[in-house]
Amino acid sequence: MAIKKEESHPIIQVKNLHKSFGAIEAVKDITFSVEAGEMFAFLGPNGAGKTTTIKMLTTLLHPTSGEVHINGFDPVHEQDKARKSFGIVFQDPSLDDELTAFENMEFHAILYKVPKEVRTKRIVTLLKFVELWDRKDSLVKTFSGGMKRRLEIARGLIHQPRILFLDEPTLGLDPQTRNSMWEYLLALNKKEGMTVFFTTHYMEEAEKVADRIAIIDHGQIIKQGTADQLKKATKTRTLEESFLKLTGRNIREENATSTSFMRQHRQMWRH
Amino acid sequence: MGPIGIMWLRQLKRYWRSKARMIGSLGQPILFLVALGFGFGPIYQKAGGGSYIQFLAPGIIAMSILFTAMFSGLEIIWDRQFGFLKETLVSPVSRINIMIGRTLGGATVAFLQGIVVLLLCFIIGFRISDFGLLPLGLLFMFLIALLFTALGTAIASKLEDMQAFPLFMNFIIMPIFFLSGALFPLNGLPSAITIISSFNPLSYGVDGLRTALGGSPHFGLGIDLLVVAFVTLVIGAIGSYLFSKIEI
Repeated sequence: MAIKKEESHPIIQVKNLHKSFGAIEAVKDITFSVEAGEMFAFLGPNGAGKTTTIKMLTTLLHPTSGEVHINGFDPVHEQDKARKSFGIVFQDPSLDDELTAFENMEFHAILYKVPKEVRTKRIVTLLKFVELWDRKDSLVKTFSGGMKRRLEIARGLIHQPRILFLDEPTLGLDPQTRNSMWEYLLALNKKEGMTVFFTTHYMEEAEKVADRIAIIDHGQIIKQGTADQLKKATKTRTLEESFLKLTGRNIREENATSTSFMRQHRQMWRH
Repeated sequence: MGPIGIMWLRQLKRYWRSKARMIGSLGQPILFLVALGFGFGPIYQKAGGGSYIQFLAPGIIAMSILFTAMFSGLEIIWDRQFGFLKETLVSPVSRINIMIGRTLGGATVAFLQGIVVLLLCFIIGFRISDFGLLPLGLLFMFLIALLFTALGTAIASKLEDMQAFPLFMNFIIMPIFFLSGALFPLNGLPSAITIISSFNPLSYGVDGLRTALGGSPHFGLGIDLLVVAFVTLVIGAIGSYLFSKIEI
Protein backbone atom coordinates (compact mmCIF):
# COMPACT_ATOMS: atom_id res chain seq x y z
CA MET A 1 0.00 0.00 0.00
CA ALA A 2 1.34 3.36 -1.08
CA ILE A 3 0.40 5.26 2.05
CA LYS A 4 1.87 2.67 4.35
CA LYS A 5 5.11 2.77 2.43
CA GLU A 6 5.34 6.55 2.74
CA GLU A 7 4.71 6.44 6.44
CA SER A 8 7.38 3.90 7.13
CA HIS A 9 9.93 5.96 5.19
CA PRO A 10 11.65 9.01 6.63
CA ILE A 11 10.39 12.21 5.02
CA ILE A 12 13.87 13.70 4.84
CA GLN A 13 16.72 11.36 4.03
CA VAL A 14 20.32 12.50 3.77
CA LYS A 15 23.14 10.14 2.95
CA ASN A 16 26.86 11.01 2.82
CA LEU A 17 26.08 14.56 1.83
CA HIS A 18 29.07 16.67 0.88
CA LYS A 19 29.50 20.22 -0.37
CA SER A 20 32.66 22.13 -1.05
CA PHE A 21 33.20 25.63 -2.35
CA GLY A 22 36.58 25.49 -4.02
CA ALA A 23 39.00 24.42 -1.33
CA ILE A 24 36.55 25.05 1.51
CA GLU A 25 34.59 22.01 2.66
CA ALA A 26 31.39 23.48 4.08
CA VAL A 27 29.66 20.13 4.60
CA LYS A 28 31.58 16.86 4.85
CA ASP A 29 29.80 13.58 4.82
CA ILE A 30 26.52 14.19 6.63
CA THR A 31 24.02 11.38 7.15
CA PHE A 32 20.73 11.72 8.98
CA SER A 33 17.01 11.27 8.53
CA VAL A 34 13.86 12.93 9.78
CA GLU A 35 10.61 11.02 10.33
CA ALA A 36 7.30 12.41 9.10
CA GLY A 37 5.65 14.54 11.77
CA GLU A 38 8.82 15.21 13.71
CA MET A 39 10.02 18.52 15.11
CA PHE A 40 13.67 18.27 14.19
CA ALA A 41 16.29 20.75 15.41
CA PHE A 42 19.50 21.27 13.51
CA LEU A 43 22.00 23.00 15.77
CA GLY A 44 25.54 24.16 15.34
CA PRO A 45 27.85 27.12 15.77
CA ASN A 46 28.02 29.78 13.08
CA GLY A 47 29.77 28.52 9.99
CA ALA A 48 29.19 24.89 10.98
CA GLY A 49 27.35 24.19 7.73
CA LYS A 50 23.71 24.57 8.80
CA THR A 51 22.62 27.02 6.16
CA THR A 52 24.57 25.22 3.44
CA THR A 53 22.78 22.00 4.40
CA ILE A 54 19.37 23.70 4.37
CA LYS A 55 20.14 25.19 0.98
CA MET A 56 20.94 21.74 -0.38
CA LEU A 57 17.78 20.26 1.13
CA THR A 58 15.71 23.06 -0.40
CA THR A 59 17.14 22.86 -3.96
CA LEU A 60 19.03 26.17 -3.76
CA LEU A 61 22.44 24.51 -3.89
CA HIS A 62 23.54 21.35 -5.65
CA PRO A 63 25.46 18.90 -3.47
CA THR A 64 29.03 18.06 -4.48
CA SER A 65 28.25 14.45 -3.67
CA GLY A 66 25.82 12.39 -1.61
CA GLU A 67 22.12 11.68 -1.66
CA VAL A 68 19.15 13.72 -0.54
CA HIS A 69 15.49 12.78 -0.57
CA ILE A 70 12.78 15.25 0.34
CA ASN A 71 9.36 13.64 0.59
CA GLY A 72 10.82 10.92 -1.63
CA PHE A 73 12.06 13.37 -4.28
CA ASP A 74 15.59 14.17 -5.31
CA PRO A 75 16.05 17.97 -5.05
CA VAL A 76 18.45 18.00 -8.00
CA HIS A 77 16.57 15.88 -10.54
CA GLU A 78 13.00 16.28 -9.30
CA GLN A 79 13.34 19.93 -8.38
CA ASP A 80 9.75 21.04 -8.83
CA LYS A 81 8.23 18.06 -7.03
CA ALA A 82 10.67 18.57 -4.18
CA ARG A 83 9.88 22.29 -4.12
CA LYS A 84 6.15 21.67 -3.82
CA SER A 85 6.81 19.38 -0.85
CA PHE A 86 8.23 22.00 1.45
CA GLY A 87 7.73 25.53 2.68
CA ILE A 88 10.66 27.57 3.84
CA VAL A 89 11.22 30.53 6.10
CA PHE A 90 14.66 31.94 5.44
CA GLN A 91 17.04 33.40 7.96
CA ASP A 92 16.70 36.81 6.35
CA PRO A 93 13.33 38.27 5.37
CA SER A 94 12.16 37.42 1.86
CA LEU A 95 8.90 39.36 1.58
CA ASP A 96 8.13 42.09 -0.89
CA ASP A 97 7.93 45.23 1.23
CA GLU A 98 6.04 47.16 -1.43
CA LEU A 99 3.17 44.66 -1.51
CA THR A 100 0.50 44.15 1.12
CA ALA A 101 0.36 41.10 3.37
CA PHE A 102 -2.48 39.70 1.28
CA GLU A 103 -0.65 40.31 -1.98
CA ASN A 104 2.46 38.58 -0.72
CA MET A 105 0.33 35.56 0.15
CA GLU A 106 -1.47 35.64 -3.19
CA PHE A 107 1.81 35.94 -5.09
CA HIS A 108 3.13 32.84 -3.37
CA ALA A 109 -0.11 30.92 -3.94
CA ILE A 110 0.03 31.62 -7.67
CA LEU A 111 3.71 30.68 -7.95
CA TYR A 112 2.88 27.37 -6.28
CA LYS A 113 -0.21 26.94 -8.49
CA VAL A 114 -2.68 26.69 -5.62
CA PRO A 115 -6.08 26.30 -7.36
CA LYS A 116 -8.12 29.47 -7.51
CA GLU A 117 -11.09 27.94 -5.66
CA VAL A 118 -9.13 27.31 -2.47
CA ARG A 119 -6.61 30.14 -2.72
CA THR A 120 -8.50 32.92 -0.98
CA LYS A 121 -9.94 30.60 1.65
CA ARG A 122 -6.49 29.36 2.63
CA ILE A 123 -5.02 32.85 2.70
CA VAL A 124 -7.83 34.02 5.00
CA THR A 125 -7.40 31.05 7.33
CA LEU A 126 -3.65 31.44 7.54
CA LEU A 127 -3.67 35.20 8.02
CA LYS A 128 -6.17 34.73 10.84
CA PHE A 129 -4.02 31.95 12.27
CA VAL A 130 -0.96 34.21 12.53
CA GLU A 131 -3.16 37.10 13.70
CA LEU A 132 -2.48 39.36 10.76
CA TRP A 133 -5.95 39.38 9.24
CA ASP A 134 -6.70 42.94 10.37
CA ARG A 135 -3.49 44.09 8.66
CA LYS A 136 -4.00 42.16 5.44
CA ASP A 137 -4.13 45.32 3.31
CA SER A 138 -1.17 47.08 4.91
CA LEU A 139 2.10 47.26 3.03
CA VAL A 140 4.64 44.88 4.51
CA LYS A 141 7.14 47.71 4.97
CA THR A 142 4.97 49.00 7.80
CA PHE A 143 5.27 45.68 9.68
CA SER A 144 7.44 44.96 12.72
CA GLY A 145 10.04 42.19 12.63
CA GLY A 146 7.73 39.78 14.44
CA MET A 147 4.83 40.47 12.11
CA LYS A 148 7.04 39.87 9.09
CA ARG A 149 8.18 36.53 10.48
CA ARG A 150 4.60 35.48 11.15
CA LEU A 151 3.64 36.47 7.65
CA GLU A 152 6.54 34.45 6.24
CA ILE A 153 5.44 31.40 8.16
CA ALA A 154 1.87 31.83 6.95
CA ARG A 155 3.12 32.27 3.40
CA GLY A 156 5.25 29.14 3.60
CA LEU A 157 2.11 27.14 4.45
CA ILE A 158 -0.26 28.20 1.64
CA HIS A 159 0.67 25.33 -0.62
CA GLN A 160 0.20 22.89 2.28
CA PRO A 161 3.73 21.52 2.34
CA ARG A 162 4.61 18.26 4.06
CA ILE A 163 7.73 19.82 5.53
CA LEU A 164 8.43 23.29 6.84
CA PHE A 165 12.05 24.45 6.89
CA LEU A 166 12.87 27.26 9.26
CA ASP A 167 16.31 28.80 9.33
CA GLU A 168 16.62 30.74 12.60
CA PRO A 169 12.92 31.58 12.72
CA THR A 170 13.13 33.46 16.01
CA LEU A 171 16.37 35.37 15.51
CA GLY A 172 16.05 38.97 16.58
CA LEU A 173 12.56 38.62 18.01
CA ASP A 174 11.48 39.52 21.53
CA PRO A 175 10.67 36.71 23.99
CA GLN A 176 6.88 37.12 23.69
CA THR A 177 6.97 36.86 19.92
CA ARG A 178 9.37 33.92 20.06
CA ASN A 179 7.07 32.17 22.43
CA SER A 180 3.94 32.66 20.38
CA MET A 181 5.84 31.67 17.24
CA TRP A 182 6.65 28.29 18.71
CA GLU A 183 3.08 27.90 19.84
CA TYR A 184 1.93 28.35 16.25
CA LEU A 185 4.51 25.90 14.99
CA LEU A 186 3.77 23.28 17.63
CA ALA A 187 0.05 23.59 16.92
CA LEU A 188 0.70 23.02 13.22
CA ASN A 189 2.95 20.11 13.96
CA LYS A 190 0.40 18.47 16.25
CA LYS A 191 -2.76 19.23 14.27
CA GLU A 192 -1.54 18.77 10.70
CA GLY A 193 1.26 16.34 11.42
CA MET A 194 3.58 18.62 9.53
CA THR A 195 7.28 17.92 9.75
CA VAL A 196 9.26 20.91 11.01
CA PHE A 197 12.98 21.16 10.38
CA PHE A 198 14.57 24.15 12.07
CA THR A 199 17.84 25.71 13.12
CA THR A 200 18.11 28.02 16.10
CA HIS A 201 20.64 29.71 18.32
CA TYR A 202 18.38 29.44 21.33
CA MET A 203 19.16 26.14 23.04
CA GLU A 204 16.25 26.39 25.45
CA GLU A 205 13.88 26.60 22.47
CA ALA A 206 15.35 23.52 20.87
CA GLU A 207 15.19 21.66 24.17
CA LYS A 208 11.56 22.61 24.67
CA VAL A 209 10.08 21.94 21.24
CA ALA A 210 12.30 19.49 19.34
CA ASP A 211 11.53 15.77 19.22
CA ARG A 212 15.03 15.11 18.01
CA ILE A 213 18.19 17.17 17.67
CA ALA A 214 21.26 16.89 15.47
CA ILE A 215 24.38 18.84 16.34
CA ILE A 216 26.62 19.80 13.46
CA ASP A 217 30.10 21.27 13.67
CA HIS A 218 32.87 21.70 11.10
CA GLY A 219 30.53 20.29 8.47
CA GLN A 220 29.91 17.03 10.31
CA ILE A 221 27.16 15.74 12.55
CA ILE A 222 28.77 15.10 15.87
CA LYS A 223 25.74 13.85 17.79
CA GLN A 224 22.04 13.25 17.28
CA GLY A 225 19.16 12.12 19.45
CA THR A 226 16.53 13.48 21.81
CA ALA A 227 17.46 16.29 24.19
CA ASP A 228 17.54 13.76 27.03
CA GLN A 229 19.82 11.41 25.13
CA LEU A 230 22.22 14.26 24.37
CA LYS A 231 22.26 15.38 27.97
CA LYS A 232 22.79 11.86 29.21
CA ALA A 233 25.60 11.21 26.74
CA THR A 234 27.45 14.35 27.77
CA LYS A 235 26.51 14.08 31.47
CA THR A 236 25.16 17.62 31.56
CA ARG A 237 21.99 19.18 32.95
CA THR A 238 20.93 21.42 30.09
CA LEU A 239 21.10 21.20 26.32
CA GLU A 240 23.19 24.36 26.28
CA GLU A 241 25.84 22.69 28.43
CA SER A 242 25.89 19.57 26.32
CA PHE A 243 26.13 21.69 23.23
CA LEU A 244 29.14 23.51 24.66
CA LYS A 245 30.72 20.27 25.69
CA LEU A 246 30.23 18.81 22.22
CA THR A 247 31.27 21.80 20.16
CA GLY A 248 33.69 23.29 22.63
CA ARG A 249 32.52 26.84 22.22
CA ASN A 250 29.58 29.09 22.70
CA ILE A 251 27.00 29.01 19.93
CA ARG A 252 26.62 32.76 19.74
CA GLU A 253 30.22 33.53 18.96
CA GLU A 254 30.95 34.58 15.41
CA ASN A 255 33.43 32.54 13.46
CA ALA A 256 35.21 34.24 10.65
CA THR A 257 34.65 31.49 8.13
CA SER A 258 34.30 32.78 4.63
CA THR A 259 30.59 32.01 4.42
CA SER A 260 29.61 33.71 7.63
CA PHE A 261 31.86 36.60 6.73
CA MET A 262 30.06 36.93 3.44
CA ARG A 263 26.72 36.74 5.14
CA GLN A 264 27.62 39.47 7.59
CA HIS A 265 28.90 41.55 4.78
CA ARG A 266 25.70 41.18 2.87
CA GLN A 267 23.61 41.94 5.91
CA MET A 268 25.48 45.18 6.41
CA TRP A 269 24.20 46.19 3.03
CA ARG A 270 20.70 45.34 3.91
CA HIS A 271 20.41 47.51 6.97
CA MET B 1 -3.50 34.38 -13.63
CA GLY B 2 -0.35 32.30 -13.83
CA PRO B 3 3.18 32.78 -12.51
CA ILE B 4 4.24 34.96 -15.46
CA GLY B 5 1.16 37.13 -14.98
CA ILE B 6 1.71 37.64 -11.27
CA MET B 7 5.38 38.55 -11.79
CA TRP B 8 4.23 41.09 -14.38
CA LEU B 9 1.53 42.48 -12.10
CA ARG B 10 3.98 42.83 -9.24
CA GLN B 11 6.27 45.08 -11.29
CA LEU B 12 3.31 47.26 -12.23
CA LYS B 13 2.04 47.53 -8.67
CA ARG B 14 5.46 48.47 -7.37
CA TYR B 15 5.76 51.17 -10.02
CA TRP B 16 2.28 52.50 -9.44
CA ARG B 17 2.82 52.70 -5.70
CA SER B 18 6.11 54.48 -5.92
CA LYS B 19 4.77 57.89 -6.92
CA ALA B 20 8.06 59.55 -6.07
CA ARG B 21 9.87 57.33 -8.55
CA MET B 22 7.22 57.94 -11.18
CA ILE B 23 7.31 61.72 -10.87
CA GLY B 24 11.06 61.83 -10.26
CA SER B 25 11.81 59.99 -13.46
CA LEU B 26 9.85 62.59 -15.43
CA GLY B 27 12.22 65.36 -14.30
CA GLN B 28 15.05 64.38 -16.61
CA PRO B 29 13.02 64.16 -19.85
CA ILE B 30 11.28 67.44 -19.12
CA LEU B 31 14.59 69.14 -18.43
CA PHE B 32 16.14 67.76 -21.61
CA LEU B 33 13.13 68.68 -23.70
CA VAL B 34 12.94 72.23 -22.41
CA ALA B 35 16.64 73.04 -22.02
CA LEU B 36 17.92 71.33 -25.17
CA GLY B 37 14.76 71.73 -27.22
CA PHE B 38 14.45 75.45 -26.71
CA GLY B 39 18.17 76.03 -26.13
CA PHE B 40 19.45 74.46 -29.36
CA GLY B 41 16.24 75.10 -31.31
CA PRO B 42 17.30 78.38 -32.96
CA ILE B 43 20.77 77.09 -33.98
CA TYR B 44 19.26 73.88 -35.36
CA GLN B 45 16.75 75.87 -37.36
CA LYS B 46 19.44 78.24 -38.70
CA ALA B 47 21.50 75.24 -39.78
CA GLY B 48 18.55 74.17 -41.87
CA GLY B 49 17.41 71.22 -39.77
CA GLY B 50 13.86 72.47 -39.23
CA SER B 51 12.14 72.25 -35.84
CA TYR B 52 14.48 70.82 -33.21
CA ILE B 53 11.61 69.85 -30.90
CA GLN B 54 10.21 67.71 -33.73
CA PHE B 55 13.60 66.03 -34.03
CA LEU B 56 14.36 65.78 -30.32
CA ALA B 57 11.05 64.49 -28.93
CA PRO B 58 11.35 60.87 -30.17
CA GLY B 59 14.91 60.82 -28.81
CA ILE B 60 13.76 61.95 -25.39
CA ILE B 61 10.91 59.42 -25.38
CA ALA B 62 13.48 56.72 -26.16
CA MET B 63 15.75 58.08 -23.43
CA SER B 64 13.09 57.86 -20.74
CA ILE B 65 12.25 54.32 -21.86
CA LEU B 66 15.95 53.39 -21.82
CA PHE B 67 16.47 54.63 -18.26
CA THR B 68 13.26 53.19 -16.83
CA ALA B 69 13.80 49.85 -18.55
CA MET B 70 17.39 49.50 -17.37
CA PHE B 71 16.42 50.38 -13.81
CA SER B 72 13.54 47.89 -13.90
CA GLY B 73 15.98 45.20 -14.93
CA LEU B 74 18.29 46.29 -12.14
CA GLU B 75 15.54 45.74 -9.58
CA ILE B 76 16.85 42.19 -9.29
CA ILE B 77 19.69 43.64 -7.25
CA TRP B 78 17.20 45.10 -4.79
CA ASP B 79 15.25 41.87 -4.72
CA ARG B 80 18.47 40.07 -3.95
CA GLN B 81 19.34 42.48 -1.16
CA PHE B 82 15.88 42.49 0.37
CA GLY B 83 15.62 38.73 0.07
CA PHE B 84 12.61 38.53 -2.20
CA LEU B 85 14.60 36.93 -4.99
CA LYS B 86 14.95 33.77 -2.87
CA GLU B 87 11.18 33.49 -2.60
CA THR B 88 10.85 33.34 -6.38
CA LEU B 89 13.92 31.18 -7.00
CA VAL B 90 12.85 28.47 -4.54
CA SER B 91 9.34 28.22 -6.00
CA PRO B 92 8.37 25.49 -8.47
CA VAL B 93 8.35 27.97 -11.36
CA SER B 94 11.04 27.68 -14.01
CA ARG B 95 13.64 30.41 -14.11
CA ILE B 96 12.76 31.19 -17.70
CA ASN B 97 9.15 31.95 -16.74
CA ILE B 98 10.29 34.13 -13.86
CA MET B 99 12.58 35.98 -16.25
CA ILE B 100 9.80 36.38 -18.84
CA GLY B 101 7.36 37.72 -16.24
CA ARG B 102 9.87 40.14 -14.80
CA THR B 103 11.03 41.39 -18.18
CA LEU B 104 7.49 41.88 -19.50
CA GLY B 105 6.60 43.72 -16.28
CA GLY B 106 9.64 45.98 -16.41
CA ALA B 107 9.11 46.62 -20.11
CA THR B 108 5.45 47.52 -19.56
CA VAL B 109 6.45 50.00 -16.88
CA ALA B 110 9.08 51.58 -19.17
CA PHE B 111 6.57 51.64 -22.04
CA LEU B 112 4.00 53.46 -19.89
CA GLN B 113 6.67 55.92 -18.86
CA GLY B 114 7.37 56.49 -22.55
CA ILE B 115 3.66 57.20 -23.18
CA VAL B 116 3.66 59.81 -20.42
CA VAL B 117 6.70 61.49 -21.96
CA LEU B 118 5.04 61.36 -25.39
CA LEU B 119 2.07 63.24 -23.91
CA LEU B 120 4.45 65.76 -22.35
CA CYS B 121 6.02 66.26 -25.76
CA PHE B 122 2.60 67.16 -27.16
CA ILE B 123 2.22 69.82 -24.49
CA ILE B 124 5.60 71.31 -25.37
CA GLY B 125 4.69 71.53 -29.02
CA PHE B 126 5.63 68.24 -30.65
CA ARG B 127 3.25 67.13 -33.42
CA ILE B 128 2.77 63.76 -35.11
CA SER B 129 2.36 64.02 -38.87
CA ASP B 130 0.55 60.75 -39.53
CA PHE B 131 -1.49 59.11 -36.75
CA GLY B 132 -1.80 56.02 -38.89
CA LEU B 133 1.85 55.30 -38.12
CA LEU B 134 1.39 55.77 -34.36
CA PRO B 135 0.89 52.02 -33.69
CA LEU B 136 4.26 51.41 -35.35
CA GLY B 137 5.78 54.04 -33.08
CA LEU B 138 4.24 52.33 -30.04
CA LEU B 139 5.67 49.02 -31.25
CA PHE B 140 9.14 50.55 -31.36
CA MET B 141 8.63 52.01 -27.90
CA PHE B 142 7.71 48.61 -26.53
CA LEU B 143 10.61 46.89 -28.27
CA ILE B 144 13.07 49.43 -26.88
CA ALA B 145 11.56 48.82 -23.45
CA LEU B 146 11.88 45.04 -23.81
CA LEU B 147 15.43 45.19 -25.10
CA PHE B 148 16.78 47.32 -22.28
CA THR B 149 14.82 45.62 -19.50
CA ALA B 150 16.40 42.37 -20.67
CA LEU B 151 19.82 44.03 -20.77
CA GLY B 152 19.32 45.41 -17.25
CA THR B 153 18.28 41.96 -16.05
CA ALA B 154 21.29 40.34 -17.70
CA ILE B 155 23.69 42.78 -16.06
CA ALA B 156 21.93 42.66 -12.69
CA SER B 157 22.16 38.86 -12.67
CA LYS B 158 25.91 39.31 -12.53
CA LEU B 159 26.05 42.23 -10.07
CA GLU B 160 26.08 41.39 -6.36
CA ASP B 161 25.26 44.82 -5.00
CA MET B 162 24.74 48.45 -5.87
CA GLN B 163 28.42 49.40 -5.61
CA ALA B 164 28.96 48.93 -9.31
CA PHE B 165 25.99 51.14 -10.07
CA PRO B 166 27.83 54.41 -10.96
CA LEU B 167 30.06 52.39 -13.27
CA PHE B 168 27.01 50.95 -14.94
CA MET B 169 25.41 54.37 -15.26
CA ASN B 170 28.46 56.12 -16.72
CA PHE B 171 29.83 53.39 -18.93
CA ILE B 172 26.68 51.74 -20.23
CA ILE B 173 23.50 53.82 -19.99
CA MET B 174 24.97 57.24 -20.76
CA PRO B 175 27.01 56.16 -23.82
CA ILE B 176 24.04 54.23 -25.17
CA PHE B 177 21.94 57.35 -24.86
CA PHE B 178 24.40 59.96 -26.11
CA LEU B 179 25.65 57.90 -29.05
CA SER B 180 22.24 56.86 -30.34
CA GLY B 181 21.21 59.83 -32.43
CA ALA B 182 18.64 60.79 -29.82
CA LEU B 183 20.04 64.31 -29.55
CA PHE B 184 21.63 64.94 -32.95
CA PRO B 185 21.31 63.55 -36.50
CA LEU B 186 23.70 60.73 -37.33
CA ASN B 187 24.56 62.15 -40.76
CA GLY B 188 28.00 63.55 -41.42
CA LEU B 189 29.56 62.63 -38.09
CA PRO B 190 33.23 61.69 -37.59
CA SER B 191 33.63 58.10 -38.70
CA ALA B 192 34.50 56.83 -35.19
CA ILE B 193 31.16 58.04 -33.85
CA THR B 194 29.32 56.75 -36.91
CA ILE B 195 30.78 53.29 -36.34
CA ILE B 196 30.01 53.27 -32.63
CA SER B 197 26.46 54.46 -33.14
CA SER B 198 25.84 51.85 -35.82
CA PHE B 199 26.63 49.18 -33.22
CA ASN B 200 24.30 50.79 -30.71
CA PRO B 201 20.87 49.12 -30.77
CA LEU B 202 19.23 52.27 -29.42
CA SER B 203 20.25 54.09 -32.63
CA TYR B 204 17.87 51.83 -34.53
CA GLY B 205 15.18 52.16 -31.89
CA VAL B 206 15.36 55.95 -31.99
CA ASP B 207 15.44 55.98 -35.78
CA GLY B 208 12.43 53.70 -36.04
CA LEU B 209 10.46 55.67 -33.48
CA ARG B 210 11.37 58.98 -35.09
CA THR B 211 10.38 57.77 -38.54
CA ALA B 212 7.07 56.41 -37.28
CA LEU B 213 6.31 59.69 -35.55
CA GLY B 214 6.97 61.67 -38.73
CA GLY B 215 10.72 62.31 -38.89
CA SER B 216 13.04 61.37 -41.72
CA PRO B 217 14.68 57.92 -41.57
CA HIS B 218 18.41 57.30 -41.24
CA PHE B 219 18.68 53.53 -41.49
CA GLY B 220 15.16 52.85 -42.76
CA LEU B 221 12.16 51.35 -40.94
CA GLY B 222 12.74 47.78 -42.12
CA ILE B 223 16.33 47.64 -40.90
CA ASP B 224 15.36 49.39 -37.66
CA LEU B 225 12.67 46.85 -36.87
CA LEU B 226 14.87 43.91 -37.82
CA VAL B 227 17.86 45.04 -35.75
CA VAL B 228 15.85 45.97 -32.66
CA ALA B 229 13.84 42.74 -32.73
CA PHE B 230 16.95 40.62 -33.31
CA VAL B 231 19.02 42.28 -30.57
CA THR B 232 16.07 41.98 -28.18
CA LEU B 233 15.93 38.24 -28.81
CA VAL B 234 19.68 37.79 -28.38
CA ILE B 235 19.88 39.83 -25.19
CA GLY B 236 16.73 38.17 -23.88
CA ALA B 237 18.40 34.79 -24.39
CA ILE B 238 21.63 35.91 -22.72
CA GLY B 239 19.64 37.45 -19.86
CA SER B 240 17.66 34.23 -19.35
CA TYR B 241 20.86 32.22 -19.31
CA LEU B 242 22.56 34.50 -16.75
CA PHE B 243 19.38 34.65 -14.66
CA SER B 244 19.15 30.87 -14.62
CA LYS B 245 22.69 30.72 -13.22
CA ILE B 246 22.01 32.98 -10.22
CA GLU B 247 22.96 31.31 -6.95
CA ILE B 248 22.05 32.66 -3.56
